[in-house]
Amino acid sequence: MSSNKETFGKTVGFVLAVCVVCALLVSFSAVQLKPLQKANKLLDQQTKILEASGLLEKAGKDVVKTYNEFVVAKMINLDSGEFIEGDVINFDERRNARDKALSIKPENDLAGINRRSNTAVVYLVKGESGSIDTVVLPIVGSGLWDLMYGYVGLESDLNTVKSVIYSDHKETPGLGAEVLNPKWKALWPGKKIYNDAGEVKAKLIKGGAKANDIHGVDALSGATLTSNGVTHTLQFWFGKEGYKAFIAKYRAEGVK
Amino acid sequence: MSSDAKKVLTGPIVDNNPIALQVLGICSALAVTSSMVNALVMSLAVIFVTAFSNLFISIIRNHIPSSVRIIVQMAIIASLVIVVDQVLKAFSYQLSKELAVFVGLIITNCIVMGRAEAFAMKEKPVVSFLDGIGNGLGYGAILMLVAFFRELLGFGTLFGIEILPLIQNGGWYQANGLLVLPFSSFFVIGLIIWAIRQWKPEQVEKD
Repeated sequence: MSSNKETFGKTVGFVLAVCVVCALLVSFSAVQLKPLQKANKLLDQQTKILEASGLLEKAGKDVVKTYNEFVVAKMINLDSGEFIEGDVINFDERRNARDKALSIKPENDLAGINRRSNTAVVYLVKGESGSIDTVVLPIVGSGLWDLMYGYVGLESDLNTVKSVIYSDHKETPGLGAEVLNPKWKALWPGKKIYNDAGEVKAKLIKGGAKANDIHGVDALSGATLTSNGVTHTLQFWFGKEGYKAFIAKYRAEGVK
Repeated sequence: MSSDAKKVLTGPIVDNNPIALQVLGICSALAVTSSMVNALVMSLAVIFVTAFSNLFISIIRNHIPSSVRIIVQMAIIASLVIVVDQVLKAFSYQLSKELAVFVGLIITNCIVMGRAEAFAMKEKPVVSFLDGIGNGLGYGAILMLVAFFRELLGFGTLFGIEILPLIQNGGWYQANGLLVLPFSSFFVIGLIIWAIRQWKPEQVEKD
């Protein structure tokens, strides 16, 4: 340390020089790596959507190709349930939810998301025959620690569950994080979201669902708050402030 | 020089371990040791940051005004941490999602600051660089050891590969839920410190 000529000017100059060098380093790496990061994020999302539609195994390593071949992303208006035009690739539910013009405050905020985007992106997945046999709907809701993001894959009747896949969460490892356990995920296929009266009945049942229960799935042991979060998230997103309008319209009219 | 360099590099692994002897960097050792993969990536990130922050700080050590030296050190460390975070996001998205905030928190890891202030401000660049790697390795060694016990007994796996089949997956092993939670690292680290001091009694502090 040279304390001999430590003047004010020299100190300021030195700090500025260090800051400039550091800023250059950081911005260089951020700008250079941006395309890779974006591609990673998209790949991660496409992988989850394929998983939700049951195509991931078939896709193998070729996620992008399979995705482009079978999946059509479409934007919808949640209130009217109609398909609308929009940028589906850069859509971000949470970013819209921060914008008062693009979102509403739900009357019954079961999922604990505070605000909900007016639009959503749904994924229509074609089967072998070329007709749409799965619809993947993104969901988001509070778990124990933070928001949990995921996808629900539905059969073409838009009632029978094909899969519930969480893509991003901060739940406790070994407890709430068991939403990713394949054994738990395997409980979902075949469950019905709605009863005959059109009420949302799908839920997690503490102590285990009965074998003949067509709506209930075992709750996660040791993770009551995460389990409640999952139930509330489903109830919100399939309720009238969620996809209900879209589902009714889709059942009546199909695509377009 | 070569034996000195070796001492600087390997000393911190057992003889002068930053976690076990100096009890620094405990915070992140608690958080990221629930699985071996996380611990390994975190160790590599810390090795990279300590090594290069030591190197850069040592290069400019004679020009750093002592009144702002901590700020200058922080600026360099913070920049390196951001670079690591960006690289992780670009090349290992899944891991960066799991490690999330803890990579950013390397900035506050006492080991990095400690080595910058205690070593790199006085020593030449090359030896500082080695000291950074050595301390990163010492940190990493403890992290991997803690993660080994936590992942094996808490999840029945190592690096995600099943070793002890869990009851919930049709096996026989009842996972120890305690070891899944971050604070259990306190016990594991405590036992490791005890074991090292049994082996090397000269590390025991005199009354």
